[in-house]
Amino acid sequence: MSLTIIKPGLCDSIQDAGRHGQAHLGINAGGAMDPYAAGVANLLAGNQRCEAVLEIHFPGPQILFEQNALISITGGDFTPFLNDEPLPLWKPIVVRRNTILHFKRLQQGARCYIAIHGGFNVQPWLGSYSTNLKAAAGGYEGRKLEKGDELCFRENTVYFAGLLREGRDFQVLNWRVDMRRVYQDPHEICFTTGHEFHELCPNSQQDLLQNNFIIHPFSDRMGYRLKGVPLKRKHDYELISSGVSCGTMQLLPDGQLIVLMADHQTTGGYPRIGHVVSAHLPKLAQLRPSDPIQFKHVDIQTAEDLLYSQQQEMVILQRACHDHLNELVC
Amino acid sequence: MAAWFSQHAFDGLNNIIPAYSSLTVTFDPYLIKTTWQPASTAFEWVKQKLEAAYNLSNENSAMPATLHRIPVCYEGEYAPDLEALALHLQITTREIIQLHSAVVYRVYMIGFLPGFAYLGTVDERIAAPRKPQPASVKAGSVGIAGKQTGIYPLNSPGGWNIIGRMPLKMFDPHADQPVWMQPGDQIQFFPITAREFKSWQ
Repeated sequence: MSLTIIKPGLCDSIQDAGRHGQAHLGINAGGAMDPYAAGVANLLAGNQRCEAVLEIHFPGPQILFEQNALISITGGDFTPFLNDEPLPLWKPIVVRRNTILHFKRLQQGARCYIAIHGGFNVQPWLGSYSTNLKAAAGGYEGRKLEKGDELCFRENTVYFAGLLREGRDFQVLNWRVDMRRVYQDPHEICFTTGHEFHELCPNSQQDLLQNNFIIHPFSDRMGYRLKGVPLKRKHDYELISSGVSCGTMQLLPDGQLIVLMADHQTTGGYPRIGHVVSAHLPKLAQLRPSDPIQFKHVDIQTAEDLLYSQQQEMVILQRACHDHLNELVC
Repeated sequence: MAAWFSQHAFDGLNNIIPAYSSLTVTFDPYLIKTTWQPASTAFEWVKQKLEAAYNLSNENSAMPATLHRIPVCYEGEYAPDLEALALHLQITTREIIQLHSAVVYRVYMIGFLPGFAYLGTVDERIAAPRKPQPASVKAGSVGIAGKQTGIYPLNSPGGWNIIGRMPLKMFDPHADQPVWMQPGDQIQFFPITAREFKSWQ
């Protein structure tokens, strides 16, 4: 019950919904950059939302399935192929053993998720499967995947091999997730004001709301650096460090912003201009260097409503995926 | 207050991060809404919890601080910036060591890296700005930046002035408690020789 990495991608790692409750020890939550895509990948594969998934970046890996598997691929479109045939995104797929999954072109997005029915058989560290590269812990031996790594998956609870037709390498199951609402207006990123927002000069407050910001090449799982009109504070004094979270928009001394992402440090001393709302982290995680961002201010009520409806949809989705799968194989 | 919160954890509470003059609380608004069904926003609900905790916490509810005594070798390769710092501060390396190990420090916060403890307050006579260029720092290195001192838990780039190294692990992902220090703990350093350093390891 396993798959083997024939050729590693740029950065392939095991992630889940994150490692919470350890930030006071300097251990960040980590987890999938796009928690929506990772969660939906799991649901489509018949798993719980928080199961371990594979997060990949382009260029993607080449993966050999040693066994028949029920999988799903979500998030960025890297043009997945199984052997010589294209695979769809956001759908459950049964793949035959001894086939190779590979990725041809970067079509859209920045991160792609692969879930396997049953989940990957890795040991949790501090309650999570996520890989913490800095601590070299969690996930698969605490590191990115390398050539020859064999990832075992857990036993199937659904008998899906019967769905494979003779002579076919895979079978796409006939339901899909409509994710358009989550990623609509991809460049419009909502934020709530941070503790130091009002320390910005009035002009800079306007600049933040009216101008586009471009994602800088120095952007990764730790944070997105942005390039735009330099923002100025009314005073220049240094702040004393405090806790930060995923989505916190910090103002660097040169007037540029950095948005902290999944692998951010747990504390920081730069002014907190705002916080990207959780419901827009999936969108942001799929933007790439040189993509523009337009910030839009919302209040906390709106931020919570956006997240609530996104999560509520996931709950409905979970039930639907579960029912569909049961109907098909029972 | 952080202690009160960790003893009264509720569904939806993710992280409590104490720092020098703040307490950051992260939470899952969806879980809070569905579990506790607050009339207001989840944010307001957590805020009220915090205010109640703040009013309840007083001097007596503070947990007694654990004191850790930590060996540090302030010699040779373990202290790459010690002499330059002495030169900059115009005092002897001996004085730096004495002043650094005389104080009982408080762990104000843990951040930057897993188990990186920010300790204070350093005697003003050895307070020194960060180095202009970050250098590669070995795990266990003890540094000074401003009025803070701290221990690097992992090999890492860093800009603090490294004046010694301690032989114990600050962070061990495979231990039951990967980080054995807690915010609020007390730390005192004591000097050891390079030979003692090796036997501590």
